[in-house]
Amino acid sequence: MRETSELEADGLPILVNGATATTRSRTLALLIEELGLADGRIAAALNGSFVPSRDWGAARLAAGDRIEIVSPRQGG
Amino acid sequence: MSTLSSKNSLALYGARFTSRLLLGTARYPSPQIMAEAVAVSGAEIVTVSLRREAARGRAGARFTDLISKLGCRVLPNTAGCRSARDAITTAQMARELFQTDWIKLEVIGNDDTLHPDVFGLVEAARELSKEGFKVLPYTTEDISVGEKLLAAGCEVLMPWAAPIGSSQGLANRAGLATMRAYFPGAPLIVDAGIGAPSHAAAAMEIGYDAVLLNTAVAKAGDPVRMAAAFRAAIEAGRLGYEAGLMEPRDMAEPSTPVAGTPFFDLDRAS
Repeated sequence: MRETSELEADGLPILVNGATATTRSRTLALLIEELGLADGRIAAALNGSFVPSRDWGAARLAAGDRIEIVSPRQGG
Repeated sequence: MSTLSSKNSLALYGARFTSRLLLGTARYPSPQIMAEAVAVSGAEIVTVSLRREAARGRAGARFTDLISKLGCRVLPNTAGCRSARDAITTAQMARELFQTDWIKLEVIGNDDTLHPDVFGLVEAARELSKEGFKVLPYTTEDISVGEKLLAAGCEVLMPWAAPIGSSQGLANRAGLATMRAYFPGAPLIVDAGIGAPSHAAAAMEIGYDAVLLNTAVAKAGDPVRMAAAFRAAIEAGRLGYEAGLMEPRDMAEPSTPVAGTPFFDLDRAS
């Protein structure tokens, strides 16, 4: 994941798990791959809405998008 | 306890369970202790959550591997959600990740008490039930909220005993007893605020169908021994309830027969 210090001219400013970031990925699937999580046990939401994994490739990213990527954890 | 075991099993959304203890998987000293505590508790349902995955992290995979070996039904929660929207989205993500449509629905209304936001809870329960989820809502002992949750599609209610992690026990025993009497047919599970095995036994003696707890075991001095204690307490409470508890009375009633009491002087008797 590129930090803001590695801004690129065609980078898209987004929010991933609450942190600002910039990406060259234009779909959720590509972003997840960029994050090294393509093989991970994860689920994702875009702008507050769940995106099933089968739709990650079709989910286009836009500037200002908020992405949540979650995985299983302990819970009560 | 085979000849003295509960008369019937716990029925939730068409599935049957022998254990009436639902156990959380958080806050244990180590994953190994958690696994041992779950095994000793006899719990057949464990709660889990979803949390943000760090880039290139493997936390999710490690935890998935751990819980797959527990042999329990996994019940994901929407812990930390402050709105119906967040809870609905979290539940949908949980369904894909855990491959279950069971969800422990939490919509939190206050950061200090982790009090349910009952309005958001009913809204989320309605939407999730429409989407085929089997919702187990973390709620209060409010009867009107219970009615709305059942009307929204929930078949189970999970009222709190006290604030999550507070270890207070049944803060409003009367309210919980009223709820039990008001919804005689619905499976009711006390969830949150349990601290001691006696609290869990008390909930079962009122007639609750099960108890869900986490911190009371995880933060005990010896979580594995405490898991065993809660198992015994919940079995004892259920057995006591099924055996038919005596009604309390204000005045004494001698247990030893009065007839034939030696030195008994009728003239001096009060």
